[in-house]
Amino acid sequence: MADMHIDPKILSDLQEVMEEGYLQLLETFLEDSERRLSQLHGARSAEELGLAAHSFKGSSGNMGAVGLAELCRQLEERVRQPSLYGIEDLINRIDLEYLEVQRFYCAERARISAG
Amino acid sequence: MSAERVLRVLVAEDGAADRLLLAQIVRRQGHEVFTAQDGEQAVALFAEWRPQLVLLDALMPVMDGFEAARRIKTLAGETLVPIIFLTSLNEHDALVRCLEAGGDDFMAKPYSAVILGAKIRAMDRLRRLHATVLEQRDQIARHHHHLLNEQRVAKAVFDKVAHSGCLRASNIRYLQSPYALFNGDLLLAAYAPSGDMHVLLGDFTGHGLPAAVGTMPLAEVFYGMTAKGHGVAETLREMNAKLKHILPVDMFCCALMLNLSYQRGTVEVWNGGMPDGYRLSASGEVLSTLESRHLPLGILSPERFDDSTEVFALALGERLLLLSDGVVDTCDDQERLFGVQRLRQVLAANRDPARLLQELMQALERFGGRPRDDISLCDVCMVEPQWQAPMPMPDAEGARSSPLHWSSHFELRGESLKRFNPVPYLVQLLQEIHGLRPSGGLLHTVLSELYANALEHGVLGLDSRLKRDAQGFADYYRERGQRLARQDDGFVRIDLDVEPMAGGGRLKIEVRDSGAGFDVARVLSGQRQGQAFSGRGLSLVRSLSQGAEWLEGGRCARVVFCW
Repeated sequence: MADMHIDPKILSDLQEVMEEGYLQLLETFLEDSERRLSQLHGARSAEELGLAAHSFKGSSGNMGAVGLAELCRQLEERVRQPSLYGIEDLINRIDLEYLEVQRFYCAERARISAG
Repeated sequence: MSAERVLRVLVAEDGAADRLLLAQIVRRQGHEVFTAQDGEQAVALFAEWRPQLVLLDALMPVMDGFEAARRIKTLAGETLVPIIFLTSLNEHDALVRCLEAGGDDFMAKPYSAVILGAKIRAMDRLRRLHATVLEQRDQIARHHHHLLNEQRVAKAVFDKVAHSGCLRASNIRYLQSPYALFNGDLLLAAYAPSGDMHVLLGDFTGHGLPAAVGTMPLAEVFYGMTAKGHGVAETLREMNAKLKHILPVDMFCCALMLNLSYQRGTVEVWNGGMPDGYRLSASGEVLSTLESRHLPLGILSPERFDDSTEVFALALGERLLLLSDGVVDTCDDQERLFGVQRLRQVLAANRDPARLLQELMQALERFGGRPRDDISLCDVCMVEPQWQAPMPMPDAEGARSSPLHWSSHFELRGESLKRFNPVPYLVQLLQEIHGLRPSGGLLHTVLSELYANALEHGVLGLDSRLKRDAQGFADYYRERGQRLARQDDGFVRIDLDVEPMAGGGRLKIEVRDSGAGFDVARVLSGQRQGQAFSGRGLSLVRSLSQGAEWLEGGRCARVVFCW
């Protein structure tokens, strides 16, 4: 299941690059993502929504959360179209996808903390 | 890797996780990292820490990456601070915006440590190349400034030397391009003690400082020997020998030298490699040309150097025009030369002699389209004799040590008559007498006249009546050269006798020659009838001394000075 949500190659690269900072990176990403999600839900304009989607796409891509990044990309494109019909559905899918990602990274954090 | 240098890198990224990751990637590559979470912070950090490379997220709150890039580039000034935009932007126009805001490269998310490392190295190479270019540009500017300054100093020094002469004399007009000196052009003029004027227009081979350095020793010889009363031939011999000695083989100096004798109404010319000079009538017609008949100075060894000159009559108001090769060699845009024909057209069209040089310059500018830097023009006019205040000699000893009771006998024979001119040495000797110092010019003129008479009319038996017109003049001097070369048993003897007198002294000069003498009474009476060129010397000598007589059937001239 992890294969669909997380790119293992990116993950192993991250761990190698971050060394001791890997744990901190996981925590930062989890915190940051909460903020991005609330930005998505709280957006008052298409522009704000697009900007939040763009940022979330970038950070989830960096973290190897390829499914999440792809959904954010779709959202970013979608808000450029005049009709926002059906956009809530896309945001819901992002929420669901994030739950998977969050579960995965929490487990990863627990694994690293346990050493 | 030694090429891998530690850089100060600014990372500006609003996503905390992305920022953490990016900072770690860059730090792991050995660089020092500063992080900012928006554009405003990035600009502030840049101003404070002057990072050498900037990684900038395009979309950030407060101030976006585009604006931050513009401000950072402005702060950086001339220094190249590469900016790599961090972006997942994939539309073309957004990427174009990045570049237009001053970005140098992009980096797409997700970040790859390998690609980022390669990009940082590439940007560092670019940065260092740019720094080298700036450094070299500044170095060139400094050198250029230095060179200009050296030229200014050299020009100032040289202008002092060049203008210590008499280029300002009222009968000389000249024009020189401001930096003609650095093209090796040289124009000198000075009065001889006799009141004659020496003029030299020279042109050294080459350009720039190498062409200019030779002008200093040349000017030194010119002024030194002219002031001591040496003639054109001796001065040229000395200049040639000096230049031959000091200049490299491929360097030499074309030169045209004149001696204008206002007393005699003549001009003596030597031209080695300069363009033709022109002898012009008062109204500007070309009377004759002063052609080059010799190799330039500094080529031939002293033994092979030919110092023979030509002498022309030059009536009051007649003029000589001298020019450097920059004049006839000026090219138009099709590489055609200005040439002698066009020069002569300007001469023919001239109405006001005072405007001739300006008209020539205007014609050159019209033709060539731009002013050249190696143009020298000089126009010298024959005027009434004018006595110059003699240059006072250094007077360290004062009057008391002045030798006042002595005599000296000096005799030149055979070969020595052909080359040696004793007059400057005798004048130098007489300058030891304090009371005679102010009369150095007079003594020079009188001794020159007496010596020339003794040699030409006495030893060589030339008839001064030959010199009644311009053609006769040329004949006279040709004949003089031939007879001088043939003679080998003549002599000229000069006796100087100095006696102290109350409050001063008396100098008696006697000049004897081996010639046949002349009918003193007839010649002196002929003087009063005022013949054109001939026999001027005698009346001149009489007018300048307190007593002049001719003894021993015209074979001895005796002149007395009292002070």
